[in-house]
Amino acid sequence: MTALLVRDLKLAVRAGGGAMIGVLFFMTVVAVIPFGVGPDLNLLARIGPAILWIGALLAALLGLDRLFQAEREDGSLDLILMQETPLVLTVLVKCLAHWIATGLPLVIASPLLALFMNMDAPAMAATMLTLLVGTPAITFIGAAGAAVAVALPRGGLLVSILVLPLAIPVLIFGVSAVYAAVQEPAPFLPPFLFLTALTLVFAVIGPVAAAAALRASTD
Amino acid sequence: MRLVAERLSARRGEDLIFRDISFDIGAGEALVVKGPNGSGKSTLLRVVAGLLPRETGKVRLVGEGDHAFETVASACHYLGHRNAMKRELTVEENLRFWKDFAGDSAGDSGIGIDAAADAVGLGGIVHLPFGYLSAGQQRRMAMAKLLVAWRPVWILDEPTAALDAAAETMFAGLVKAHLSRGGLAIAATHQPLGLGAVKELHMAGFAEASAEAWA
Repeated sequence: MTALLVRDLKLAVRAGGGAMIGVLFFMTVVAVIPFGVGPDLNLLARIGPAILWIGALLAALLGLDRLFQAEREDGSLDLILMQETPLVLTVLVKCLAHWIATGLPLVIASPLLALFMNMDAPAMAATMLTLLVGTPAITFIGAAGAAVAVALPRGGLLVSILVLPLAIPVLIFGVSAVYAAVQEPAPFLPPFLFLTALTLVFAVIGPVAAAAALRASTD
Repeated sequence: MRLVAERLSARRGEDLIFRDISFDIGAGEALVVKGPNGSGKSTLLRVVAGLLPRETGKVRLVGEGDHAFETVASACHYLGHRNAMKRELTVEENLRFWKDFAGDSAGDSGIGIDAAADAVGLGGIVHLPFGYLSAGQQRRMAMAKLLVAWRPVWILDEPTAALDAAAETMFAGLVKAHLSRGGLAIAATHQPLGLGAVKELHMAGFAEASAEAWA
């Protein structure tokens, strides 16, 4: 299993792996917002957490369609399906590798981009924390979508559309947790715990659904 | 240990591709599947490997000894049309991944990565990215994958396509060595593999399926 994790991380950072694509897209989206909205610092600070979360959500969805498609194209998926290792575990490890390569950079880049949005330190910290907890959920849901669309050429947009409704609760609780952290008197903990619960639930459902879809997709 | 298939049939879309295929191969034996294009050779191999659902019949392993395999697939190596190697990684990284990820089945163990590369005649270039190799070299390295992790059953789909005559002889040697270690092999091929006396299975093609469609 460590072998799979290491291999997927290597593939992500080598040419064509796409680890940086997500974070570059995230930066592009967030960097153009202040130009579009205008130099109203209070407005930017108020919408900042929501913009960061939307940008991170879209960036996290960007590379997901390749999660299993690349394996299928070169025949690796056949061999992965044949192993004694439970497929659910393999999918979980692939999700972890994908999150480390594409989700974690988003979390790390978020404080920098928060400066663009004139956010103060508590809002920055809350955004970073909620992204850290929430982005794995997007990867797990996305894995199920990627597995459903694995046999479709250009399934990228389809994956995003399939996955988006399920990712909406993550977005809602992520953003509301950040607002709760910076605005009195809303408590921070309830939405944050909901977000954590969502990630844990999808960590179970996502790989199980993805494994079932991969088994059914053989041709 | 024996690999037994009983009255297998498989469907693609509406049509039966083949019907009532049975075979039985034991340790040290090879089965060569022959037939024209589209007669269902690849489908049969994928059904045996558990990669396609079967319509009827079953595939099972008999007499595995102490270590029963959970599924037939987990006892098999599958060498399909695609090489299952990543172009961005070096050959060594590819082979090391499959060695670690697949692991050895009970009964024997795979050989080292350098030894496997030597066995396919390409020792000394394992540091190159897989994408840099020629089609024939890539195919040979995919064969080295069969050697690094032990599996009793080899399922080979057109294994020697894109290979020169010397490489075909080399591959026949690999399969013979595998059989002499008590392994089994099923190969679909148009070319003679040079394995000597082997069982043969001839696939007839669409005849039966179309007969049923008209019935």
